[in-house]
Amino acid sequence: MDSILSVVTFLPLLGAAVLLVFLRGDGEFEQRNAKLVALLATSLTFIVSISIYTKFDPANAGFQMVEEYKWIAGLNYKVGVDGISILFVLLTTFLMPIVILACWGVSHRVKEYMVMFLVLETMMIAVFTALDLVLFYVVFEAGLIPMFLIVGIWGGKDRVYAAFKFFLYTLLGSVLMLIAMLVMWYDAGTTDIPTLMHHQFASDNFTLLGITVVGGLQTLLFLAFFASFAVKMPMWPVHTWLPDAHVQAPTAGSVVLAAILLKMGGYGFLRFSLPMFPVGAEVMSTFVMTISVIAIIYTSLVALMQEDMKKLIAYSSVAHMGFVTMGIFALNKQGLDGAIYQMISHGFISGALFLGVGVIYDRMHTRDIDAYGGLVMRMPAYALIFMFFTMANVGLPGTSGFVGEFLTLTAAFKANTWIAFGATTGVILSACYALWLYRRVVFGDLIKESLKTITDMTAREKMMMAPLVFFTLLLGIYPALVLDLIGPSVDALLENFDAATAGMAHAASAIAPATH
Amino acid sequence: METILLFSPLVGALLCGFGWRMLGENVATYVSTALLFLTATLSWVVFLTYSGPDAHVIPLLKWVESGTLSVDWAIRIDRLTAIMLVVITTVSSLVHLYSIGYMAHDENFPKGASYRPRFFAYLSFFTFAMLMLVTADNLLQMFFGWEGVGVASYLLIGFYYRKPSANAAAIKAFVVNRVGDFGFALGIFALFYLTDSINFDQVLNPHNAEALSERTFMFLSWEMNALEVITFLLFVGAMGKSAQLLLHTWLPDAMEGPTPVSALIHAATMVTAGVFMMSRMAPLLEYATFTPDFIVFIGASTAFFAATIGLVQNDIKRVIAYSTCSQLGYMFVAVGIGAYPVAMFHLFTHAFFKAMLFLGAGSVITAMHHEQDMRKYGALRKKIPLTFWAMMIGTLAITGVGIPLTHIGFAGFISKDAIIESSFAAGAGVSRYGFYMLVIAALFTSFYSWRLIFMTFFGKARGDKHAHEHAHESPLTMLIPLGVLALGAIFAGMVWLPNFFGEAEQVQEWFGVATYFNHETNHVLHEAHLVPSWVKTAPFWAMLIGFVIAWYFYIVNPNAPKALAKNQRHLHAFLMNKWYFDELYDLIFVRPVKRLGYFLWKKGDGRVIDGTIDGIAMGIVPWFTKQAAKAQSGYLFHYAFWMFAGVVALVTWVSIGGAG
Repeated sequence: MDSILSVVTFLPLLGAAVLLVFLRGDGEFEQRNAKLVALLATSLTFIVSISIYTKFDPANAGFQMVEEYKWIAGLNYKVGVDGISILFVLLTTFLMPIVILACWGVSHRVKEYMVMFLVLETMMIAVFTALDLVLFYVVFEAGLIPMFLIVGIWGGKDRVYAAFKFFLYTLLGSVLMLIAMLVMWYDAGTTDIPTLMHHQFASDNFTLLGITVVGGLQTLLFLAFFASFAVKMPMWPVHTWLPDAHVQAPTAGSVVLAAILLKMGGYGFLRFSLPMFPVGAEVMSTFVMTISVIAIIYTSLVALMQEDMKKLIAYSSVAHMGFVTMGIFALNKQGLDGAIYQMISHGFISGALFLGVGVIYDRMHTRDIDAYGGLVMRMPAYALIFMFFTMANVGLPGTSGFVGEFLTLTAAFKANTWIAFGATTGVILSACYALWLYRRVVFGDLIKESLKTITDMTAREKMMMAPLVFFTLLLGIYPALVLDLIGPSVDALLENFDAATAGMAHAASAIAPATH
Repeated sequence: METILLFSPLVGALLCGFGWRMLGENVATYVSTALLFLTATLSWVVFLTYSGPDAHVIPLLKWVESGTLSVDWAIRIDRLTAIMLVVITTVSSLVHLYSIGYMAHDENFPKGASYRPRFFAYLSFFTFAMLMLVTADNLLQMFFGWEGVGVASYLLIGFYYRKPSANAAAIKAFVVNRVGDFGFALGIFALFYLTDSINFDQVLNPHNAEALSERTFMFLSWEMNALEVITFLLFVGAMGKSAQLLLHTWLPDAMEGPTPVSALIHAATMVTAGVFMMSRMAPLLEYATFTPDFIVFIGASTAFFAATIGLVQNDIKRVIAYSTCSQLGYMFVAVGIGAYPVAMFHLFTHAFFKAMLFLGAGSVITAMHHEQDMRKYGALRKKIPLTFWAMMIGTLAITGVGIPLTHIGFAGFISKDAIIESSFAAGAGVSRYGFYMLVIAALFTSFYSWRLIFMTFFGKARGDKHAHEHAHESPLTMLIPLGVLALGAIFAGMVWLPNFFGEAEQVQEWFGVATYFNHETNHVLHEAHLVPSWVKTAPFWAMLIGFVIAWYFYIVNPNAPKALAKNQRHLHAFLMNKWYFDELYDLIFVRPVKRLGYFLWKKGDGRVIDGTIDGIAMGIVPWFTKQAAKAQSGYLFHYAFWMFAGVVALVTWVSIGGAG
């Protein structure tokens, strides 16, 4: 049996073990070694993960490179990738070496810090490859812990408050998901995800406490999962943990959080909510799209008024995730393609933006927008790169940001013109907050005394940014790289979805006549 | 060849922007300029050798493909594209050349700063984006170019990044354009939703247009005609880019950019993209009824409105900017009445004389040490004679000087009269409103254009004595472009009149598939030649009256303007403040949005959401905060361990319990 996925999953953990076992002391030399080991482990993981890409057969819509072993207590360890998950795995392995590079300036408990990131990487990869419900749940929740510690120990002034807020929000959301998983297990008798994807949960309406539940059990299960994924996304109105977490998290932590952890919610919708509870998803689609649009407009407006760079970008992230959920619940081809595309693209762009904030934070130790101004005079390379990602964030055609926004909006227009109309205003608002931020930080005259000696990006910093620039452009110009890969799996998902919901079409339209 | 044509500006931009440290500043700027001249040469070859009627499409690369949505990068050459190619590349190459002289010294940057390669890289990049826009074979690539030129424009308006006013203007330009793009994007979505395609071949054919005109769909909450909605939304995009009424506010502010930028982007090319786009949509417009009327209304109103503001402005560049806005209105009137070739005709001639006016203004500004206030000019005729004559030719062209009832005259005379005659021929209703507005605007145009000439070149020297004494003629790199554009301003109208505004059949043949007329309803090109002679001479008289008034006000009796301004204080203030549009928008958009953002942040996120959730969690939180207070980093590890252990235990128990 091919065990490439397990190798990729556990390589970082191996690196962590090496650090824990062999590295002693906390001198400068040891710190450097810790970073090197982590860099080596993540780079190696990335290189090995490339073979997942080369082995992957895009024409096959099913799961590939599947591995299945007995685990403890009658549980199964089962992993595999399909067109939907492969890109998230690659995104993770690709970004982690950059994340490690971003930690180069840290000098507080370096070994533990590196261990956290390596453990986190294993958890994240496992989330995207897990094909067993229990395995998924364990890594989904366990992934919180290293992140909780990264914020709580290496974070800013209010790190403890932010860490607990982050942890509580996401954990509370997950409790409902756990209950739903139990119900699923009772109903289907298995925790095997591919089997569950084709299991039909009851969708007959029933009455609970005098309220008719349209879509029955499926709707309830959907809502339980939704509670967890919506917090992870995060969707409005459960997004407020994210700005706090970002502001307090160290740069590298922010990058992981924005670029990868936020994608777990979207991935969850695609892996669980849509295939397993199609009727529930259909019933709730207008609701979800509506709060997605509220998220886009609301958080864009809030972003406009921020005084802290990281908070601004965090709110912008929430808005961009609004496009993702809107695309997913438009429930058509362009929507799903666009949502996946938007997630991948946002991984590069938000990652780069947080790295960009990190670059000047490392120099000035402040994230206050007011503390900057005129950086272009002394940091031309930084100005150029930050401009590039600002434009990518705004969704300029030719960058990857555009493709996702365009596809999700196209999809939304098919589903509901009001939704598309509202979401498209986000395109105006994003230009406002992003350019205004850029103007206040980079443009203008350099008059602040403290900035007079600021230096431009170092070779290491440029090296972190270069691959991100490359992929943001490449995916903007030639999206087929991604779209061809995800196409068949998305088609298969939609086919099953349409088949499952065909029967309820008349029922739904009778109950929700306003859904156009 | 077309590929080289398209990509050499991009290569120039990259070489210049990234390679100047290796090449040296001068070489880098020369390289980008040379590549632009190459592109211009190729464009003329394409323009002169293209023979219709079919479009020539070269696919380049697959782009977005998702389900039935399938869009490629491609180069489409047809008559419309060919016209735009020569306009863009000719003006762009001349502006590159001009900029070598104009940007040689710039007091906005400290000595030794390398701003020139950046400037040329932006210019070349702009040209590339503009070429992508006009060679697009589908709406998405057009949108790419559309936003690309927007970015280039943003970067160039904000080129003097130390000036707050330049930064504000740059953002304003981008955001207002985005408002237009909002409409454009929705138009694309609607088109795809209804026809399953956004490629020109499928969308822009009469069958499709006719089918759409008979369909309705639910847009927002109303049942609306499909074609009207689509064309209207696309026109909103055009309004943003072409600075039409309501979305015009960014264009005057855009004058913060260096003057060559104003000539290239904010006069000759980018702002005309909207006219080009709507001409491209001719097959759709032909079957729509409401949208074309709306276009005429907006175009005519803009022509009038912008001209009134131009009457009183004192900044030389702003006068020309409002003039541009006004002339774009003319072009839209032509589009709205279905005289697409005539719109393109004015676009074509306008590019030459307006670019020349701007470059001439740049030459004046250089001569006067970056003074832009015309009240400080005067009597410059002798100091900078070549610039004076260039400006004269530009003014003769824009005001429409020519011999009435013949085809002899400056470029603007031929093309502007063509629009006015067509608008009369288009019949009663809103077209007649257009006709009257355009004639009045022609009078105003003549007045403010001559006012500019008189205030700048005639009368007494005003303002700083030192500046006047040291006023000098510009270097050759700046004068040559003026000379070339002068040729265009004089002859472009007469030479290409038969192609753009000859007999209807002749025009149709020259344009081929690039334009379309619904022969059942649209005879405007034919009837425009049959209008009464008072219509044909009206613009001439309007021009003459404008000239005489300007001559009286600024040569004969220079105190008259001041007296009139005092007399009509409110009207003057109204015009001076640009009809208070900026103030109005600030009041109804900018401030409420900021206030709302602040409210949502503090009250929405802070009080309501966090408040509620914290409230619910009140039972847990105090406990945590108590723990957190003593939580040194070491303790956190313990928490994490227990959390992890808890999760594992819970899951294991649940699974085993379930199994048993």
